[in-house]
Amino acid sequence: MEHNKNISNKSNLEKLISIKIEDSEALGDSIVATIYEKAENIAKSVVSVNDKRKVNWDRRLDDVLTSKITGYPIMLLLLGIIFWITIEGANYPSQLLSNILFGFENKLSSFFFYINAPDWLHGLLIQGMYRTLAWVIAVMLPPMAIFFPLFTLLEDLGYLPRIAFNLDNAFRKAGTHGKQALTMSMGFGCNAAGIVACRIIDSPRERLIAMITNNFVPCNGRFPTLIAISAIFFGGIGLASGKPSSILATLSVVFMILIGIIATIAVSKFLSSTVLKGVPSTFSLELPPYRRPQISKILVRSLLDRTLFVLVRAIVVAAPAGAITWLFANIMVGDNTLLNLCSGFLDPFGKLIGLDGFIIMAFILGLPANEIVLPILIMSYMSQGAMLEFDNLQTLKNLLVNNGWTWITGLNFMLFSLLHFPCATTLMTMGKESNGLKWPIFTFILTTGIAIAVTFTIKTLSTILGLV
Amino acid sequence: MGLTSQSSGLSLLKDKYNLSKKSEDQIVIALAGNPNTGKSTLFNYLTGLNQHTGNWPGKTVTNAQGSFKHKDKEYLLVDLPGTYSILASSQEEEVARDFICFGNPKLTIVIADATCLERNLNLALQIMELTDNVILCLNLIDEATRKGIIIDASKLEKDLKIPVIPMVARDGVGVDLLKETIDMIVEGNLGISPLKIIYKDRIEALVSEIANSLPEYIKENYNARWIALRIIDGDSSILKSIQEIIRANLYIEAEV
Repeated sequence: MEHNKNISNKSNLEKLISIKIEDSEALGDSIVATIYEKAENIAKSVVSVNDKRKVNWDRRLDDVLTSKITGYPIMLLLLGIIFWITIEGANYPSQLLSNILFGFENKLSSFFFYINAPDWLHGLLIQGMYRTLAWVIAVMLPPMAIFFPLFTLLEDLGYLPRIAFNLDNAFRKAGTHGKQALTMSMGFGCNAAGIVACRIIDSPRERLIAMITNNFVPCNGRFPTLIAISAIFFGGIGLASGKPSSILATLSVVFMILIGIIATIAVSKFLSSTVLKGVPSTFSLELPPYRRPQISKILVRSLLDRTLFVLVRAIVVAAPAGAITWLFANIMVGDNTLLNLCSGFLDPFGKLIGLDGFIIMAFILGLPANEIVLPILIMSYMSQGAMLEFDNLQTLKNLLVNNGWTWITGLNFMLFSLLHFPCATTLMTMGKESNGLKWPIFTFILTTGIAIAVTFTIKTLSTILGLV
Repeated sequence: MGLTSQSSGLSLLKDKYNLSKKSEDQIVIALAGNPNTGKSTLFNYLTGLNQHTGNWPGKTVTNAQGSFKHKDKEYLLVDLPGTYSILASSQEEEVARDFICFGNPKLTIVIADATCLERNLNLALQIMELTDNVILCLNLIDEATRKGIIIDASKLEKDLKIPVIPMVARDGVGVDLLKETIDMIVEGNLGISPLKIIYKDRIEALVSEIANSLPEYIKENYNARWIALRIIDGDSSILKSIQEIIRANLYIEAEV
């Protein structure tokens, strides 16, 4: 009975849906106007304003932070300061953590020998899983624990919408929605979250552009990698000249972010004049008031929600990835290991874009999460016989240089990490948000294509100019 | 950057309408408001849940849920995306509207920014049109005072005919009164019949005509006047949502 009733309701509904009242637009406007009028009248009758303040500091501050002249420099300066504090501050705790973790590795190894565990078990668990984990924690935890609270502080103060305001014009010129600046800022945290945030953009065309380009800003998972490589190749760690310069390292991270933003705008422009043509829709961006930051909440939230969350995700993915890498490096096919075969196969292509086969392998194995690209890479280099004990970034630099890295490799590695395909979670989220596989696949090809084109150009230029 | 385990990574792939009700006794409360008025702050204060708060509009795009207890009653609080309206011109507005319409919340808290009351009242009035049990929280009352803005809350309460609670959500000011008010409504000690907007004669005539011709099923379960208004302004998306729900129900029945 219930069943039949529902079905008949359904057909009634379809009739209702098809009802069109001729001047519905005018009637709709009249409805909205009545509501607004009511709200205005009520508000007028209960609100009284008596502003005694001499200076409107909010307004003053906004004039400076969103001015055409000072807006961008202040933005870059603030980001720069954050990265500088991060790079400067992360070095010592990073060293301390790795001393502890790798010290413990020796103990674990002794224990395995003591119980006469088979070699392969020790290799898989200790050299594979544990070492990758130790790497992830030592290299990623300290920068995250410093960076996230600082970034959250900026957010809590209300600075993010000002960034969006500054960038709004650029996005409009690129033929996309100004709110894309906000979803892009969200991408600095997590690209998957950035893609969900694209729901705030109403026009489907503009939403797609925002989703496709979201990946060009580095997320939590990629920041630590960028910071570490910057510190090594551009911060002058281990240079004969002596003191490493965190200023230079900072500049190179800021530079990477700039490239990311430029790529976002350029690709948006490209898409909106080719595949996703259209006129940008207008909107009004609201600048929220500056608010007193809640320091304790910032600490708790950024450490628990961001740092721990990213770390746990990294660990969950890194452990099996470490084991797989170890297997790859130890399964023999003929005279060679599987890892060597694969990377040998990828090597010519890698060399063409200024990287190598191992790096390409690491990026491919890192598809589930960007956090693990660097640890996998280190694992595969170390399995090449150079069994280095990690104790600081200097050792990492030695390891990389011994494997043929130059600053061009470092630069291309960072660029590739910045521009290449999004992680699997981001792709799946995009599939869900755009109802299908078409756009994730499109994004995968587009971003990877751009990454290859850029790194190839740099490699070719550097060869022609004889830079390395 | 609402980065919590709920708002990033794999959990994004889960369904947005899934209410995680612990038991049938849990009372569902919806939390609505304009963007950046402190919904998530109040949400966190009430539930102690780690919903990330950020000072920018558009942070919450999905429904976050958390529970709290007051006087032996279990409540499930649903934090809706911030919207200026529920006339469903965007996806978040649709999420918010559909939840108030179909999520069967026992009551809806509208949180308003006291520093710009007029704009916030638009949303409150629209929600009052859709459902009766509405509480208005005047948040950021401290900021308003600093800016020299004074609001006559008791007059506002009389005008709107719903409870109005001045609040500083981040410090918990007004939250006890809110809980007390919620309890009174749930206990049936406080009946609310909010101010209803009367439109122009032509519209009112159309409303009664259409409302009468709606199927019984809709009249019983939904707010006929409100749906009639939506048909008049040419927004058929609400009917499509109802259709989807009926279809989903049929599907469930077929499964059983």
